[in-house]
Amino acid sequence: MSEERGRHNPIGMPGRAFGGPRMGMPVEKAKDFKGTLVRLIGYLKPRKFQLFQVLLTAILSVIFSIVSPKVMGKATTKLFEGLMAKYKGVPGAGVDFDYILRILVILGGLYLISAFFSYVQQFVMAGVAQKTVFDMRKDINDKLSRLPLKFYDSHTHGEILSRVTNDVDNISNTLQQSITQLITSIITLVGVVAMMLTISPLMTFICIMTLPLYVFVTKPIVSRLQKYFAAQQKALGELNGHVEEMYTGHRIVKAYGRESASIDAFNKINDRLYEAGWKAQFISGIIMPFMTFLNNIAYVFVSVVGGILVTRRAIEIGDVQAFIQYSRQFTQPLNQTANISNIIQSTVASAERVFELLDEVEETPDSTDAMAIRFPRGEVKFQNVDFGYSEDVTLIRNMNIDVKPGQTVAIVGPTGAGKTTLVNLLMRFYEISGGKITVDGVDIRELKRESLRSIFGMVLQDTWLFNGTIRDNIAYGREGATDEEIVRAAKAAHADHFIRTLPDGYDTVLNEEASNISQGQKQLLTIARAILANPAILILDEATSSVDTRTEVHIQRAMAELMKGRTSFVIAHRLSTIRDADFILVMNEGSIVEKGSHKELMARGGFYADLYNSQFAGGKPAEKAV
Amino acid sequence: MIRLFRFLKPYTGSVIAVLALMFFQSLSQLYLPTLMADIVDIGIVNGDTNYMIRVGGLMLLVAAAGSICAILASLLSAKTATGFGKTLRNRVFSRVGSFSLHEFDRIGTASLITRTTNDITQIQQVVLMLLRMMAMAPMMCVGGVIMAVSMDATLSLVIVAVIPLLAAAILVVARKGMPLFKTIQGKLDRLNLVLREGLTGIRVIRAFNRINYEKKRFSDASLDLTDTTIKVHRIMAVLMPGMMLVLNFTTIAIIWFGGIRIDNGNMQVGSLMAFIQYVMQIMFSLIMVSMVFVMIPRASASAVRINEVFDIAPGIQDPEHAKNADFGKGLVEFNDVTFSYPGAERPAVSNISFSARPGEVTAIIGGTGSGKSTLVNLILRFYDVDSGSILIDGVDIREMTQESLRTKIGFVPQTSILFTGTIADNIRYGREDATDEEIERAARIAQAAEFISGMKEGYETVIAQGGTNVSGGQKQRLSIARALVRRPEIYVFDDSFSALDFKTDAKLREALKRETADAAVILVAQRVSTVMDADRIIVMDEGRVAGIGKHKELMSTCGIYREIVSSQLSEEELA
Repeated sequence: MSEERGRHNPIGMPGRAFGGPRMGMPVEKAKDFKGTLVRLIGYLKPRKFQLFQVLLTAILSVIFSIVSPKVMGKATTKLFEGLMAKYKGVPGAGVDFDYILRILVILGGLYLISAFFSYVQQFVMAGVAQKTVFDMRKDINDKLSRLPLKFYDSHTHGEILSRVTNDVDNISNTLQQSITQLITSIITLVGVVAMMLTISPLMTFICIMTLPLYVFVTKPIVSRLQKYFAAQQKALGELNGHVEEMYTGHRIVKAYGRESASIDAFNKINDRLYEAGWKAQFISGIIMPFMTFLNNIAYVFVSVVGGILVTRRAIEIGDVQAFIQYSRQFTQPLNQTANISNIIQSTVASAERVFELLDEVEETPDSTDAMAIRFPRGEVKFQNVDFGYSEDVTLIRNMNIDVKPGQTVAIVGPTGAGKTTLVNLLMRFYEISGGKITVDGVDIRELKRESLRSIFGMVLQDTWLFNGTIRDNIAYGREGATDEEIVRAAKAAHADHFIRTLPDGYDTVLNEEASNISQGQKQLLTIARAILANPAILILDEATSSVDTRTEVHIQRAMAELMKGRTSFVIAHRLSTIRDADFILVMNEGSIVEKGSHKELMARGGFYADLYNSQFAGGKPAEKAV
Repeated sequence: MIRLFRFLKPYTGSVIAVLALMFFQSLSQLYLPTLMADIVDIGIVNGDTNYMIRVGGLMLLVAAAGSICAILASLLSAKTATGFGKTLRNRVFSRVGSFSLHEFDRIGTASLITRTTNDITQIQQVVLMLLRMMAMAPMMCVGGVIMAVSMDATLSLVIVAVIPLLAAAILVVARKGMPLFKTIQGKLDRLNLVLREGLTGIRVIRAFNRINYEKKRFSDASLDLTDTTIKVHRIMAVLMPGMMLVLNFTTIAIIWFGGIRIDNGNMQVGSLMAFIQYVMQIMFSLIMVSMVFVMIPRASASAVRINEVFDIAPGIQDPEHAKNADFGKGLVEFNDVTFSYPGAERPAVSNISFSARPGEVTAIIGGTGSGKSTLVNLILRFYDVDSGSILIDGVDIREMTQESLRTKIGFVPQTSILFTGTIADNIRYGREDATDEEIERAARIAQAAEFISGMKEGYETVIAQGGTNVSGGQKQRLSIARALVRRPEIYVFDDSFSALDFKTDAKLREALKRETADAAVILVAQRVSTVMDADRIIVMDEGRVAGIGKHKELMSTCGIYREIVSSQLSEEELA
């Protein structure tokens, strides 16, 4: 189920069933309206022909439906004439049913044609809109695959997801509904006014005179509405904040017996939300009755004036009937076009956000003469490497390391010291700002990314598994792995046993949160994946938490198995790993502060020595454990 | 979703009033054509201009009355729908508040948040639409039929015949369309899932060179969604023109049969015109109904999620006749306690027995997953034990109210949680009536005074949501101060010094020792150095007690403890 909390759906924005943000809703505006609109239209270009079809059928459908009231009026007039003649005692007088039948057949034809075109129009538009959106989603996804990690680290998942879902959804709805609505509204308006004029300029004038009234009535309502909607949004924001905080802090709320205080606070905000909410909903609800009332006024005038005109023989009775129908159709497209301007604005704002994403700076593409290392040995060198996540903060300055094939490097530091930085550099997720990193003597920037990354295997603590079978998840390590290889990898990772105890074995489907297996088991699966990939260099993250002891032993053994004969970078928590490492990189607050062997670093008495003493050794050196 | 409508009960009066008002509004809307018929049949036929103007005036009054009804209906429906949302929100929030950690683990915090916020908003919106749009259609239909019958019973048979036809058509499309809308929702969720996995796994995907594989997965999901959406829209494309067609042909039938009746002198032309307009009104109200279709599947998905929350009974409830344990000083006893997490193969802790006395420090040490934190959760009764019992001052904690149990405890969790508000507010969270002096004292002991006074606003500094503007170590010290200000009988520190540097850690523990001298201190730790001085060390291993005693005793009696010590203390120190 979609439970994305990227951007909260504001109250009063129903799933666009009524054609987007209703009148009075504060609408976001695009920064570059025109440019974005032109670009958005560009997306429709490949479907020019269908769009033309839509336009044509829309016009035809409207025209046929607009003509019909007038035709219908003719039948009424004929009826009335026959009746009046009878009334006046004209001999042999009666209703001319032949004529009326003819009219009704024509009318039936008009209705059928109009309905047909309207159907075709919506049918075609469904394809146009959805395929356009499909293209757009594809472009976004392709773009995402070319964006550097820097982009992902500086944008929340919610933000990115919101663009692919909410914004694209918004565009899709506009294309699906609003475009055709806009077309039909405009044609209807023009057509209706034209038809009304042919009947009676005077009555048309009366109808048009009510228009300023609409503005007069809605303006104060709308301005008030904006105030209440803003208040409502504010209360809603506070409420969401409170809920988020109380739920994440549930244990503390309980431990300190603050449940009732939390509920009180919630109720206060909830009351405010209610107050602002019902006012906003009420005010937005009265626009319609006012509109209807104005429309009814026009209706009354049309009836009375029409009646008078008929008695003066200025127009026919059927014309009054037709006119009434026209005047009923007159205000609807007006409302719609007013709404559509809001919709278009919010759509263009959405499109702009999507285009912003599409315009993000991409990773430097692999150079055309990029190399590949066929048989990597696993030698890694950092030569005078400088690096910082932003230009003004240099985290790593002039770093030199020389890792021989098969060596183990331990990375140590307090929690949150930015140990992923190293992963980022080795895998070339980020570009260094100075010096060079070489693998087997080749600058990694001269390697194809694909080749570089196939040299590395990675087992991180925040395991990443996807919604699929266990087999597929392990097979992720190498494309085209056979079942045999998968099982062998699982066995080497000590995962085979637990997999076989699951009801569906290797075909067990991991659910969305992969909560049907334990954290430790997840880690075993990622190890199996890395074993299958058979990399020359490993990046490992030792388990620290939420793993039961037996699984922990398995993980350790599996990791040891994996590290055999490979160059390994280990984000280490275990003393034995650190001591046995060929050398240690000490990280703090994102930068590498010290490096060397355990003995060297202890002798130096710097950050590492402090860290070591506090983490692993007795607190007070005087009180030696005996 | 219907199940949730029970919360509309207090608004029964309002709902009935809304329906009645809408009925009057639709009657007034339908009465206008009737009056117009009079203009035609009497005014025009007799050429009576005055009559026409008089009727026109009446029409204006009727229209105004209708609008007033509509405005009142809008007021009531707004109050009802938002009130319903308010009640529902309130119920869900208190419900979730009463959940133990069991239930939280089951649904997940993020999902619970969505359920309390977005899902309810979604439903509230639908209730409003139901009251406004959906209710209008049947009212219009009923009103239309009444007006038609009163005008000309025979001709109204045409309308009476068509309405069930239309209702059936809408029903068929709804039956066919609704599941499809549900499928769309499902496919949209699938697409989101793939996308979200792509985002969270970005490093893995790139590390394993699986970008193209992911692209294909996305494109499959996207195409699937597109196909279904097109299908649904194409089905829906039949609905609108189809309905129009039915109604338009109804008009044709009305003109034809009406014409015959007029010719026979059974009916007037104005009535015929009125009839045509009734049909138009009914038609517009039916179009409104079809618009609500799209919203219902979304809202019912939300309703399912909310009902799930109501269906989960809070696992832990207060006893009816709670006992008090006021006389004691904070003696904690575990008697043969066994507990397993739901669905787990093995108990997280089994057969645990020990006691922690006031005035003493009881430390719990053990490897990851050995059950240390579970013990803490059990003391606070975040979970209930499966067998055995936990006593505080001789009273089983299940026989106390949760509140009276927790008042005795100052708890500092592993990951510190602060709330929006000032630093003083956050410390005062421990005890509401704490004075400023007490707060400052607690901060001093927790080694937080220094950094607080270094801040521009001091104790009035506002902590941002999630405590993002203070460091991990600072958060930990504030949450220790919060426990201190409570002056509890029992302190529970769940690995609470991990983010502190060595020097602060030492100073803090020195100051704590004095402060907590009379209380029972239960200290969970990973580091041997933290527990060495404890009056009693409990060594946990795979959910069992591997040994209890002082450091020196354990060194000679407990193998596991020696193992832990030797892995942490350097050889030189051991020698």
